[in-house]
Amino acid sequence: MSPRAATPLEPARTDISAIRNFCIIAHIDHGKSTLADRMLQLTGVVEERVMRAQYLDRMDIERERGITIKSQAVRMPWAVDGSTYALNMIDTPGHVDFSYEVSRSLAACEGALLLVDAAQGIEAQTLANLYLALEHDLEIIPVLNKIDLPAADPQKYAEEIAKLIGGDPDDVLRVSGKTGEGVDALLDRVVRDVPAPKGDPDAAARAMIFDSVYDAYRGVITFVRMMDGSLEPREKIQMMSTGATHELLEIGVSSPEPAPTKGLGTGEVGYLITGVKDVRQSKVGDTVTNHRKPADVALTGYEEPKPMVFSGLYPIDGSDYPVLREALDKLKLSDAALVYEPETSVALGFGFRCGFLGLLHLEIISERLRREFNLDLIATAPSVVYEVQTEEKNIVTVTNPSEFPTGKIDKIIEPVVNATLLAPKDYVGTIMELCQSRRGSLEGLDYLSEDRVEIRYRLPLGEIVFDFFDHLKSRTQGYASLDYEVEGTQEADLVKVDILLQGEQVDAFSAIVHRDSAYSYGVLMAGKLKDLIPRQQFEVPIQAAVGARIIARENIRAIRKDVLAKCYGGDISRKRKLLEKQKEGKKRMKMVGRVEVPQEAFIAALSTGESKKEGK
Amino acid sequence: MAKLPDGDPAPADGRLPARAGTGADDRDLGVYVHVPYCRVRCGYCDFNTYTAEELGGTSRKEYIDEALVELELARSRLGEIDAVRPVSTVFFGGGTPTLLPPEDLVRMLAGIRSTFGILPDAEITTEANPDSVDERDLAKLRDGGFTRVSFGMQSAVPHVLRTLDRTHDPKRVPEVVAAAGRTGLEASVDLIYGTPGESLDDWRTSLEAAIELDTAHVSAYALIVEDGTAMARNIRRGTVPPVDDDLQADMYELADVLLSAAGYDWYEVSNWSKSGAESRHNLAYWTGQDWWGIGPGAHSHVGGVRWWNVKHPAAYASRIEQRLSPVMARELLDDETRRTERILLETRIRSGLPVGVLEADGRRAVAELIAAGLVDAEAALGGRVVPTLRGRLLADRVVRDLT
Repeated sequence: MSPRAATPLEPARTDISAIRNFCIIAHIDHGKSTLADRMLQLTGVVEERVMRAQYLDRMDIERERGITIKSQAVRMPWAVDGSTYALNMIDTPGHVDFSYEVSRSLAACEGALLLVDAAQGIEAQTLANLYLALEHDLEIIPVLNKIDLPAADPQKYAEEIAKLIGGDPDDVLRVSGKTGEGVDALLDRVVRDVPAPKGDPDAAARAMIFDSVYDAYRGVITFVRMMDGSLEPREKIQMMSTGATHELLEIGVSSPEPAPTKGLGTGEVGYLITGVKDVRQSKVGDTVTNHRKPADVALTGYEEPKPMVFSGLYPIDGSDYPVLREALDKLKLSDAALVYEPETSVALGFGFRCGFLGLLHLEIISERLRREFNLDLIATAPSVVYEVQTEEKNIVTVTNPSEFPTGKIDKIIEPVVNATLLAPKDYVGTIMELCQSRRGSLEGLDYLSEDRVEIRYRLPLGEIVFDFFDHLKSRTQGYASLDYEVEGTQEADLVKVDILLQGEQVDAFSAIVHRDSAYSYGVLMAGKLKDLIPRQQFEVPIQAAVGARIIARENIRAIRKDVLAKCYGGDISRKRKLLEKQKEGKKRMKMVGRVEVPQEAFIAALSTGESKKEGK
Repeated sequence: MAKLPDGDPAPADGRLPARAGTGADDRDLGVYVHVPYCRVRCGYCDFNTYTAEELGGTSRKEYIDEALVELELARSRLGEIDAVRPVSTVFFGGGTPTLLPPEDLVRMLAGIRSTFGILPDAEITTEANPDSVDERDLAKLRDGGFTRVSFGMQSAVPHVLRTLDRTHDPKRVPEVVAAAGRTGLEASVDLIYGTPGESLDDWRTSLEAAIELDTAHVSAYALIVEDGTAMARNIRRGTVPPVDDDLQADMYELADVLLSAAGYDWYEVSNWSKSGAESRHNLAYWTGQDWWGIGPGAHSHVGGVRWWNVKHPAAYASRIEQRLSPVMARELLDDETRRTERILLETRIRSGLPVGVLEADGRRAVAELIAAGLVDAEAALGGRVVPTLRGRLLADRVVRDLT
C-alpha cells in the first residue's frame, strides 16, 4: 500500500485548517489497536515489514491483556481531493480507572471515532466515554469494526448506534481492522467531518498535557495539544499549576517514532522533552506555557489524580521490602496517580499502603511489580476511603480497616458511585438482584435496542471494589458490562469484621462491611480459611468478630500424620526431592503467630467465590 | 508409577568417581536384587513390576542371567575405586521374587558369593507372597544360603485383601510362616494399613493375627494412594472411598501399642522387631551404607553417589545385552545434600540423628520439637534426635523443621 499524501505537511508550519485531531472510543477488544495499526500502514507512516501487531500498545502487559493503558499520539498524512492534511490520532486509555486521562485526551481532540464491534454491540465503558466525548462537543463518527466476522450483525448494531447518537444507520461506517476494508473511507470521513482546531496562533502559548510517559533513557515524555500560540525548541517552558520552569530539550511529533521538529503550532499535537525524571513534574491536565511570555490563565479542567481504592502490598519474603520500595519509587516516575506510604501489618510484616485510581490500576501495578521486579506479593483486600466520626466528634480518615476507630462511632461516610450497566434484557433481573444485594438504588433503566438494556444504579464504591465485577460477569455469562463514576458520599451503618486465628487477630483479613452483611462475611471468610489453611500440628480455631463479639467460628483440626511412605527400594533421591519441594512450599508461607498460612490463602480468601483446596 | 527423580546423565560404562570409594571400609556393602514380575498388578501398587502380558519380548527365564551380567559390572566398577568387599546383606525384592523358581534365586545368590564374598553372619532375605511359595521352595532357599523371608501378608481380613487385589487366602499365611520356621528361615510379615474400607477393628484383627504368627519382625506401611494407580482412579471416580489420614494415624498408634505389648520395638517408623531381629538391609538404607541395586529401576548408593537403572525390563535387557551400564541417571551428592539426607534418614530410626549434624537453625528447632511433643526429650539431652510416637507420624514435618 502506498500513502496517498505524497508530501506530509511540516509540523510547526501546518495551516490550522489542515489539521484534524481525533481519538478512538472503543471497548476492550473491539479492535481499536488493530484498526490503528491499519491506519498507520495505510497512511504510510509505518512500513509493513516493521509492523508489529498493535503497534501503539507498547507495554507487554498491555499487549497481553489487550488493553491500552497509556495513550500516545500519532501524526499521519492523508490527502483528499488533492489537498494534504495532518491527522493526529490520539490513543485513549480504554478503562474506567483512567477516566480522567480519557477526559484529557478527549479535550485534545475535535472528533472521535465511536468504534463498536459489529458482533457484540456497544458496551458500558464505550457508552460512558461517548457521553464524555459529547460533553466535550466532539464530532462523533460511528464505526462498526470486525465486519469480516461471521457473527457480525452490522445492521442491528448500526441501528442501535443511530438510536443512541441520532442520525441514519446508513451513516455508520463499516470497516475491518483485520482486512483493512473501509479504512480509507474512514480516513476520508475524518478529514471531511472532524472540524479543524480553533485557537489563537498569536496568543501566549498554552499547551494542554494529555499524557506523560516515563522513558528510561529520555526521562519524561510529555504529550501536548497546542491550544493557543506555539512552542519552539530550546525555549524555557513553565507548568502553570506549579510555576515550575524547565528547559525544552526537544519538541516533536510521533509518527509513530518520535521525530524532533522546529516546534508545534496552534492546533498541533506533539511531545516535549525537558529532562525531568518524574511524571509528577509534568502532570496530565496541566497547561504548559512559555516562561518568557506566559499566558495569564491556565486551561480549564485540570485535576489532581485522586486515589479511590487502597490496598496493602506486602512482599512474601520480608527481605524483599527494600526491593519493593525501590520498585514503587521507579513505577511512580511513570505513574502520577500511584501513591503509597509504608505500612506495617502484624500478619504480613512490612509493606506499603498503596492508593490506586481503581481496581484495574491496582491489578496493573501489582502485575508490573511481579513481572518487572520479580516480586512475590500479597495484596490485601481493596478498601475505599471512609470518613469516620467518633462520638468525640473527631473525624478519622480510614483507608485501611486497621485504622478503624475502636471507640463509639457517631457516623461513617462512604464514597458512592453512579454505575451504568449494559446487558441483554434477559439479565436485568439478575443484575438488579446483585445491585440490590450490594445496597444499590436503581436510578434508571432504558432500552438501547429491542434486547439490550442500560441500567443505572447508585452504589457504594466499597461494595463494588471487592468482587462485584466477577459476580456480574459470572451471573450474566460475561454479557454485562459495567462503568462507574465516583459521585458523592453517603452515611452508612458499617462495622469492622476481624478474623482471628488461634485467638490472634489477622489484620490482613479485616474488612469494613455493612452491619447487615457482617455475619455472612464472617461465615464466608472463616469457611474459606478453613479450607485454605493446611492442618497444623495443633488445632487452629478461626473466629470472625465484630468488636469483642464472635459472630462465626470454624476449627482446623490438628494434623496427626504426614506421609509415611515406604522408602521403596532405597529411592532416597525421591524422598529428598519431596522434602525440598515441601521446604520450597514452606518458604511461601506467612507465619501468623504459630500458624503457617500459605500465600494462596491470602489471595484466595481475598478474592471472590468458593475456594477449593488443591489436592495434597 | 512414581516418577523417577531427574538426575545427571551417567557415563555409558557406569564408571564411578574415585571419591565414592573413600571410606568404603567403614561402610557395609549390600546387594539388592529387583525382580520385576508379578502375577497380577495390585490396584494400589506403583512399584516397578510387570505382569506376563506387560513384559513384551523379555523373558523371566533369562532374567537371572542378565542380573549376573550386571553383578559382574558391579564388581568391575567397585574394583576401580577400591570398594570391593564381602557383602553384609542381600535382599531380593520386587515385584514377586518367588515367581522365579528358587533355583534361580539361589543361582543369583551363589553369583554374589563368588563375585564379592558373603560375610559369615550376613542377612539374606527374599520377599515372598504367601501363595507363591511352599515348604519345598523355602527349604531350597534355606539350603542355598538364604536366612530370612519376608511375607507379603498385608491384612488378615478378606475384604481388605480384596480391595488390595491380593489373591492369597489369609489361612495360607500361618502355614507358610510355620514352614519357614521349620526350614530354619527367620520370617517377617509386611502389613498395610489404611486401605479404603478398612476399619480400626479390621486393622486390630490383622495386627493380632500377625502377632499370633510370632515372627521376629513386622513391617506396617500406611497405604499411600499414588497417582496413576487403579486405586487412585477408583477413588477419583468415587467407587472406592478415600483414605482417611486421621484413621491412619489411629491405626499407626494401635500398631505401636499392640506390637510393643507383644515384645516388638520400633526401630524405623514402619518397622518393628524383637530384640536383635532388626532388618540390617533395611537399616542400611537409613544409615547411609553402600548398596548395589541390580535389575530394572533398581536404586544404588555408593559413597555419596546415588543412581538408578532404566525402568523397563526390555530396556534393561537391551543395555545388558550390549554390555552397557543399565544406569539411567545419577546424582553426585555434595556435602550439604549428604547432610540433608542424613537428617532425612536418621530421624526416622530408633537410634536417631546425632544433634551435631544439625546447623544452628536445626538445633533451635529441636527445642521447639521437644516442646511440641514430636522429639524425645531424654534422647535429645543425650545428643540424639529421636522422634516420639507423634513425631514418627509427623516425620516429614520434623525433618522439614530440622533442615
